[in-house]
This record gives sequence, structure tokens and C-alpha cells, in this order.
Amino acid sequence: MKYLERRVVHGMLLLIAVSILCFLFADLAPGSFFDEMKLNPQISSETVAALRSQYGLDQPLPVRYGRWVKSVLRGDLGYSFAYNTPVRSLLVIRARNTLLLTTSATLVAWLIAIPLGVWIASRSGGWEERLAMAGTSFFLSVPELVVALVLLYWVVRTHALPAGGMMSVDFDDLGAWAKLCDLAAHFVVPVTVLVLASLPILIRHVRASMVEVLGAQFIQAARGHGIGRLRILFHYALPVAANPLISLFGLSLAGLLSSSLLVEVVMGWPGLGPLLLEASISRDVYVVVGAVMASTLFMILGGILADVMLVVVDPRVRVE
Amino acid sequence: MWTPSGTVTSGASALLSVQGLTVRYGGGRQSLAALSGVSFDLAAGEIVGIVGESGSGKSTLALSLLGLLPAKASREGSIQFQDQDLLRADESSWRAIRGARISMIFQEPGLALSPVMRVGDQIAEVIRAHRPGNGKSRKRECEAALSEVRLSDVDRICKAYPHQLSGGQLHRVAIAQAVVCRPEVIIADEATRSLDITLQSEIIDVLREVNRKSGSSLVFITHNPALLSGFADRVIVMYAGRIVEQGPVTQVFRRPLHPYTKGLLQLAPRYPGQEAITDGGRLPSIPGSLSDADRLTGGCVFEPRCSARTAICQSEFPAEITLEQDRRVSCFHHGN
Amino acid sequence: MGTEAATGSAVRSALVEARGLSKQYVQRSPFSRKRFVIDALIDVDFRVAPTCLTALVGESGSGKSTLAGCLALLEKPDRGGIWFAGNEVSGCGARELAALRPRIQMVFQDSAGALNPRLPAGQLIAEPLEIQGRETGKNLRARACELMEEVGLSADWVDRRPLEFSGGQRQRLALARALALKPEFLILDESLSGLDLSTQAQILNLLLDLQARHALTYLLVSHDLGLVGQVADFVAVMHRGAVVEQGTRQDVFGRPAHPHTRQLLNSCRGIESAFRSARSGGRS
Repeated sequence: MKYLERRVVHGMLLLIAVSILCFLFADLAPGSFFDEMKLNPQISSETVAALRSQYGLDQPLPVRYGRWVKSVLRGDLGYSFAYNTPVRSLLVIRARNTLLLTTSATLVAWLIAIPLGVWIASRSGGWEERLAMAGTSFFLSVPELVVALVLLYWVVRTHALPAGGMMSVDFDDLGAWAKLCDLAAHFVVPVTVLVLASLPILIRHVRASMVEVLGAQFIQAARGHGIGRLRILFHYALPVAANPLISLFGLSLAGLLSSSLLVEVVMGWPGLGPLLLEASISRDVYVVVGAVMASTLFMILGGILADVMLVVVDPRVRVE
Repeated sequence: MWTPSGTVTSGASALLSVQGLTVRYGGGRQSLAALSGVSFDLAAGEIVGIVGESGSGKSTLALSLLGLLPAKASREGSIQFQDQDLLRADESSWRAIRGARISMIFQEPGLALSPVMRVGDQIAEVIRAHRPGNGKSRKRECEAALSEVRLSDVDRICKAYPHQLSGGQLHRVAIAQAVVCRPEVIIADEATRSLDITLQSEIIDVLREVNRKSGSSLVFITHNPALLSGFADRVIVMYAGRIVEQGPVTQVFRRPLHPYTKGLLQLAPRYPGQEAITDGGRLPSIPGSLSDADRLTGGCVFEPRCSARTAICQSEFPAEITLEQDRRVSCFHHGN
Repeated sequence: MGTEAATGSAVRSALVEARGLSKQYVQRSPFSRKRFVIDALIDVDFRVAPTCLTALVGESGSGKSTLAGCLALLEKPDRGGIWFAGNEVSGCGARELAALRPRIQMVFQDSAGALNPRLPAGQLIAEPLEIQGRETGKNLRARACELMEEVGLSADWVDRRPLEFSGGQRQRLALARALALKPEFLILDESLSGLDLSTQAQILNLLLDLQARHALTYLLVSHDLGLVGQVADFVAVMHRGAVVEQGTRQDVFGRPAHPHTRQLLNSCRGIESAFRSARSGGRS
């Protein structure tokens, strides 16, 4: 248990450090939320000052931080000035939307990458490998943004799928099945972009790891015992090749809340991305801190989960 | 037990008959041959020792007998195994043969086993590949195989991972994997290399017992001829991809005919307790070493290092001569 | 200081001496509080006589490599002291150790793993000279070629990489590298295992030549008793972390006292007597 305990403590320290840094940087950025209001001649400066003190924005940084920590320990993440709602309920909805997108994309990407990578590795030296390397190189060099825009353009021209957003305007009026179809239709483009962004590197890693394992002696020994090719690939080689892939999977998990920011903004998907962007620009400080903390939490959990999986999968890491 | 039945030239009574096997890696007739014109027979139930150093082609021979040569390797000759020419067999025929009718004990069992699978499962996989049955029957057969190689605490070993077992235990597991499907031919490729002396003799005992109980033939490949006494029936001496001498072990060891065999037998480690070399003395050795240039010669490959060489050895290649008592040698000056 | 004087004279007759060496390896599990303790060395007393070949034999796991590592100053024992040429080295600081290292060199079993595969042979041999500042520039290459010839390698191969050499040639390369700093004490940790018989004999002959020429002291760690029995002057037998018997070759192999030594010799005898009887009788 010592190892897990250490990781958890380490994670908590990291969260604290991130929160401090976040506050610091948010403070460093000039201005505050109410600066916009100051420009409005109809609102008097006294009102602005009163609003500022009401929200405690005139307090020094350590005091504000201390109050924030106290309320977080009570479960209250603060208040959003722009949306006029508690940060927590806002985050929950937006994070849910983001997670819907990223979990589907991660699942699809890995489900394609593993069999494809294994198959390419088994055909090492052939045309399949050369084609795969060329294809992955291409998609690695094309920026995510370009892919998103190209797909959007095509969708707008052909009207095949909705161009952006998560639901249609008349979503609430639809029946249960129609609602599902509508969601699915909106899913396709953003998920495709995310999958195309992450797939090349996954395929390359799976292929590389498999090729290395397939050169090992125990694989030749298994062949020498008459074990079939498919069995060797998936039952013998893949479990050993899994080590570096598990670390990669941990990275996928870690990025579940943060990797889709650009896509969400471009596609108008109501997730954590656009929220964070808006809040950063308008100095909605508690939203920013809350969103960053949520992402950090996922990163830490992803890393710990990957390490746990590594121990479960590889018996050499354990000690009896 | 194998009994000499006179000359085994026709190969009709042999279980496995290799004729004129020539293997080249890297294609083209100019490339070096890993094996050149190798011919020998293996009768049912006999133990044949193949002695050779690095570069002798013994590993290539082992791979050929199991169909594990890389696709690019060119091959000539034939390997007759019960009315089938294995050299021309396709992959699906091979898969039915490997592990079930011809199986191999690989060098360094620590590396020949998957590090993330339990040992018992790995033996069961071999059974699963060749025979129908359920998990329970496989478990039983697996445990039977482990006790056959004289491992105690069979249950714990079945559940263990390779890194939890000692070197000796791993070697026995490798043997168990090779014998579990009762093959007719077992190939042991340097199965005792780098093992300490106690383990070496134990493993040889296990192999002897397996051969006696199951009647499977054993091809024991080694670089140390001393291991073959009291163990193998016949010996085949290889050098630079060719067979230079073969015959019954006792005959060859008592009266080696080829200069290389003579040199090799002088090197075999002596029992500690005999007189060691005195001050200023040196160990006997075969001078020089095999180089790629030697292999391309038109004459005898061993000639540069041979103490009995004459002019003819450089210009002509010595063909194989069959002498009495089923002894064969490729040398112009055999027996001198 | 009386005991010091007495032990001082005893120590002076040995080039390297170890007393009371103990070392443990501990493995910890990441997910439980279990600890796995391995006693690699248990209170080992050991001596290496100068300009002789001392062999250290035993099965795998007996602690031979750990002892060799401690004597090579590559590993620190948990307890005990080591003396080199009469001086205690176990308590030495980094600077004194650095001065000692050129005098003690080691050749490992797996030369392919022990030599940097990216460096050509000449550079591998010259590297210790460069690091110690003994030679520079053109002299480095000349000295490297000299050493290669001395170990039986052609100087034309000075620019080839380790993996282009055969196993036996690589061990010669490792030997050349070890000899670069003109050491007094050479430890060969299973350096002959896994080589062909004729290569073993050739390299052993080379080692004997080098010993005669440079007055080297050897510690040969090996599990091959037959090999050891041909060349060793002194033999020490290890079993499960302890040195169970030590003495001249004739004493240890001719009149073994410890049951484990006898067991090892019996295993040899089985194979060797079968071989000798097969070889004898009817020889022309």
C-alpha cells in the first residue's frame, strides 16, 4: 500500500500547487471581471466597487485563496460571475459533455489502433506497413484545426450532418429515440476529428511495440511448438507489448478533460473548452480555477490508474 | 534402445532422413552457405549428438528440422519424415508437426518462455494447439509432464511465472513443454549451455529417461563432446556447415578419424584433480578460427587450421567416405 | 596495535583480502509491506594471492558475482573490510577509490552487453586511457592498436564495432580494454562461459601469456570446474553466500573437505569418467 499512498499524497500536493499557481496567474493578468462594467457610463463606480467587495475581489490574494480553499473543503467551488450560478453545477454539466465526446473518441481510437497496429506489425516489411507509416505521417503533420475545418466545410456543403453544436434547436420536442439519433448525428464530426488526431500516434506505438516483441525468442519458441499465428499475436505478443501502451493509455485518460478544447471551440460543442476560454477572457476567475483543477484531477487519476494497470498486467513488477 | 543394424544408407528404416541439405541466408549462389550438403539419418528411439562450434551451422540445422528458417533463406536437398519431404511442406503442415511430432527444447528457457504467462498455462498452450480437450484434461497432462521431468511441488510450479523459477527448474519446464504431446523427434539445441555442472548432468539424466520411457528420438546439439559419453548412441561432428565425421559415439571417441574431431576431443574439459598444465605449459587448442574467407574455398574448409594438411586439401573438396561399422568421414587423411 | 601488526603481515602476503564481508539485497513490493531479503554474501573471508590465478567456483546464486563486484570496488558491502596491497579500501573516499581503480579491472561475461555497441574497437580500448589522462591524440590510437595485437586481434579491425566481432574476439576486445591502464589485478567474471571450447582454450592461453608478461593477478569466477581445474593455482568454493572451502587447487580438488565441494566434484566425475572411458582403450 505504501506505493499507492505515496502517489495519492503526491497527487494532492500537486493539486494544491496547481491551485496556488492558478490563483497567482489569474491575479497577474491585468484587470478583473468588473472592468467591463466600468466602461459602461450608466453604472457608477461606487456600484462597481460595491460589487467588487461583495464578491470579495478587493481582498488581498492570500485571503481570497484561503476563503476559496475553505469553501472547496465544504464542496463549494465558488461562484461564476458571468453565468450567475455556482461553479460546481456549471462544471458538472460542461464536463459531462466533454467527457461524452472524449470517452467515445478515446474508445474508438484505441479499438481501431490495437487490431490495426497488431496487423501491421505482423506484416512487417510489406506494403501494408509502408502504407500505414505514410498515412500516419500525413495525419500527424496535419494540425487538428485543419482537419476540423475541412470536415466542417464538407458537412456544411453537403448538409449530411449538423454543423456544430451538441443538439438541434428543437431537441426537447423530440421523442426518446429521435433524441438519441440527434445526439449521435452531432457526435460524428467532433469525434471523427478527435480520433483522426490521436489515431496516428497510437497506431505507431502499437506497431512499434509489437514489432519489438515479435522479434523475441519466446515468440519463435511458441511458433516452434506449433501454436497458431493469431494466438501468438494476441495471446503471447500483445500482453508483453502492452507495457508501453498502458502508459500511453494513461496519457489518454489524463487528457480526457483537456484534449478536446480546440475541437469543442471550433465545433461549438458545449463542453469544458469553450467555458474555460470564455472565463479566461472575461476574468471569471473561479470558473477558471475550477476547470483547471478538474483537468488536473483527471491527469493525476489517469497516471495512477495507468500505474495500477501496469502492475496488474505485468507480473514481473509485483513481488510475491 | 537403438541397436546398430549395419549401414543405414537407404533411409528406409530411418525415422528422419536428411539428404544433401544446403541452406543459404541472403539468397544468391555467392552468399555463404550456413549448411552445405548435410546428410544423416535418425532412427526411432536413438539419441544422436551433434557437436559443433559457432559457425558450424548447428542452429541452422535445428531450425531447418522445425521449419523455422526465414522465408528468404534458400534451401536445397530434402528432409524425409515419414513419407513427407519437410523442406517443401507448407506452413499449415508444419504447424501440425511442430510440437506434436517434432519438437524442440530451446536454448535459454528463461527467454523461450513468455514472461507474463504462468508456466502451467504455457505448457497447456502446447497441448491446446494440437489436441482437443478441456482445461481440466490439459491441467492433468501438464502436471503429468512436469512430474515426468522430475519436478516436485508441481502445483506451485504450474502457477508460477518464469522469473520466479530457478534456472534448473526452467530447463525442466522447457523439456516438459517439448515432450507433453509425445513427439517422435525431440531436438535439444544447446539445452545445457552455460548451466553449472550439477545442473548439466541432471538435465542429461532427465533427457535420457525421457528417451527411454517414451521411445522418442533425441537430437542433442552441443559444443561439448564430453556430454555425449554414456548418453548418445551416435555422434555427428559439424564444421563450417558441413558434416566432417559421424558414427557410433564409442567408436568415434576411441578412434577419431577427422583431424578436427581429434582436436575437439582433446579440448573437452578434464576432471579437476588430474594434473593441470605445468608452468610454462599451455592448454591444447585448435589454432586459428573459422573465418568467412575459409568457407568460400574450393578445397577442404578445415584446411587452414589442420595439422595433417597437404596440397590436395587446398585444391579439392574431400567427399564423404563410408567405412565399416557405419562410420563416415570427409577427409583425405582420415585416421592418420 | 599488536593485532594490527600481526594482521598487517598476514595481509601483505595476499594482494587482495576481504574479511567478514556481508551483503544483502532487499526487494520491496509496491503494493504490500512484504520485503524479500536475499543474503548474497554471509560473513565472507577471502584472499587472493599475488601473480597467481585464483578461481572462485560455485553454482549460480552462490554469490560469486557479488563477491567479485565487491572486490572490484564496484559494489559496496554492507559489512566487512577489503584490503588491497595492504591498504584498507573499504573506508576510502571517492578520490582514493579513483586512484585505485586503474589497478583493479574487470572483464564481464556478456561482452556484447558490456561494451558500448556504438563505439569502434579502437575508441573502446582508448577510452580508459583518455579518461585517466594517460595518453592523448595520435598516441591513443597507436596504443589501442598495440593492445589489440597483444590480445591476438588484428590491428586492422581497430575501426570495427563490437557486434562485428565474434564472441571470442569480443572477449579479447574486452580484455584489451581492461589491460589499457596496466592493472595489477584482473577479475574475470564468467568471461569464458558461453564460448566454444577451442576459443576458451585460446583465451586461457592468452591470459597465461599475459600473466607471465605483466605479472598479473587473476580472479577467475566460473561455474566450470573442469576449466578451472586445468589452470587455477588457488580455488575457493562458494555455496549460498558463504565461502565453504579455500586453498590450493591440489587441496581443494584432491582432498575436498566440505560436503558441497565433494558434491560438485561428484557431478563432474560422472560426465568425465564416462568420457575418459570412451576415449581410452584401443587408441592407436
